[in-house]
Amino acid sequence: MTVPKQAGRPRRRDPRTTRTPGGTWADLVLLLIGACFLLPLLWLVLASLDPAAGHAAKVPQQPGLDNFAAVLTPELLFRPLWNSLLLSAGTGMVTLAAAVLAAYPLSRYRSRFNTPFMYGILFGTCLPVTAIMVPVYGLFVQLQLLDSLPATVLFLAATSLPMAIWMTRNFMDDVPVAVEEAAWVDGASRLAALSSIVLPLMRPGLGVVFIFVFIQAWGNFFVPFVLLLSEGKQPAAVSIFSFFGQHGAVAYGQLAAFSILYSIPVLALYVIVARGSGNSLALAGAVRG
Amino acid sequence: MPAHHRRRQVFRYLPVLPAVLLLLVFLAGPVLWAFHASLTNAGLTGRHARNPEWVGLENYQRLLQDPVFPLSLALTVLFVAGSAVLGQNVLGLALAVLMRRARPVVSATVGTAVVAAWVLPEIVAAFAAYAFFSRDGTLNQLLGRFGAAETDWLYAVPMAAVILANVWRGTAFSMLVYRAALNGVPAELTEAAHVDGAGAWQRLAFITLPVIRGSIATNLMLVTLQTLAVFTLIWVMTAGGPANGSTTLPVLAYQEAFKFGDIGYGTAVASVLILIGALFGAAYLRLLREQKP
Repeated sequence: MTVPKQAGRPRRRDPRTTRTPGGTWADLVLLLIGACFLLPLLWLVLASLDPAAGHAAKVPQQPGLDNFAAVLTPELLFRPLWNSLLLSAGTGMVTLAAAVLAAYPLSRYRSRFNTPFMYGILFGTCLPVTAIMVPVYGLFVQLQLLDSLPATVLFLAATSLPMAIWMTRNFMDDVPVAVEEAAWVDGASRLAALSSIVLPLMRPGLGVVFIFVFIQAWGNFFVPFVLLLSEGKQPAAVSIFSFFGQHGAVAYGQLAAFSILYSIPVLALYVIVARGSGNSLALAGAVRG
Repeated sequence: MPAHHRRRQVFRYLPVLPAVLLLLVFLAGPVLWAFHASLTNAGLTGRHARNPEWVGLENYQRLLQDPVFPLSLALTVLFVAGSAVLGQNVLGLALAVLMRRARPVVSATVGTAVVAAWVLPEIVAAFAAYAFFSRDGTLNQLLGRFGAAETDWLYAVPMAAVILANVWRGTAFSMLVYRAALNGVPAELTEAAHVDGAGAWQRLAFITLPVIRGSIATNLMLVTLQTLAVFTLIWVMTAGGPANGSTTLPVLAYQEAFKFGDIGYGTAVASVLILIGALFGAAYLRLLREQKP
């Protein structure tokens, strides 16, 4: 496309105040795409309020909280959620502890060992976890760890460790060594300096890592589905599935209500992190099981 | 290096040990065990569960003869190409570009809707997608308004349904990557092109895309790896059916190992998937090294 050369260059436009003619089109197209993204979620909300819910999204004839009331029982909701909490908080703590310990030498000492280690770890994040589930099941059978909550926590921690070590090391790199040196001069050991000076300074970062791992574990279906057999130990991600299978044909409203109650904690945590860091990309890859 | 020096070096790296142990036992261990078990006839129950026998490459030979394996490999390629490379990647870029031109309130609202599908737990997203595509679901209800006949999407076109569902679920990641990348494109560059008379498409094709090509490559690699591992979405929506019509490699590995109890054969499938993942992983690391001067 050629445009006749003008004698005087047009004045620069500020893209924030001057809207191009394409802007309205962009609005329309975006709203259309947004509507497509919203539709499946709409079903979730409408069905949860509809005692006679089916597959289709429709405004309930007699909206009510009956579905929520029906799932608010110890076996259906509270025990699975408690199991989810144990699993996710346990995974978060084990991961964070191991990641902080590992990040310290990687951040503070120079060695030929660091770069290959970090790249090896990054490579670990690339392995498709679903492909590992069959061999992990085999391993758990041999070690007699099947149906063990602590062992499942350790496995989940291992899968989230690579990303957690990367993030923790980056956060630790941001804490200047100088503040630690002051503590050493006063006679503090490395461990004391780490726990009393470095960790408090990187508390927001550690919060992000913990929430990141927590959300990942909370939403994980496949790992507990394969490794935890007894109903009493299964987290909400798995109990919701048996719910679907057993009462699927009749209780869509309850399924939707359960889904919402189960999703609220991670939605809240996500908002906290997105607000805090101003960059939701910090959670990239974390939320997907 | 003097001995006491080296000892101190080892001592200094002691804190890495818990992480290394966890990674070795629970990640590297299973991967090695997979390659080993795929050479045996290990079973889920019965005689072969306790005493698996060495069968060499028998499982892999079976893979090549089994008509389901090539089908499942092709479906995996279709799933990754359709939902990740084409769907999430292109739609994510389109959303990011449109969001810069639209009113802030519109882009914020639409951004929230897109991210919501991504933040929800996978199983909840899978239920929502299942309800959307099912016979008496929202999609048919909408199409019915326009007079279209009811279709059972999950049976008639299972791959199209799971691909669209995964686009819905995963596009937020690409959108966020590209929003960050576009923010990094110097405004003077596109401004100058605009002044020289380049249209919007020309600026996108000749200025913006070349500048962010590093982000495009990284994003393609990451969404490919993420999509390669998708299990729950497909399992809930179609369980791999009908007649293996949506059985991707993770679903096939699960079915062989746990439904048919053939751990040896299932781990052979898993090993192939691990190898594909490792290949993409290696390519990804190379890409990162090239990008970092």
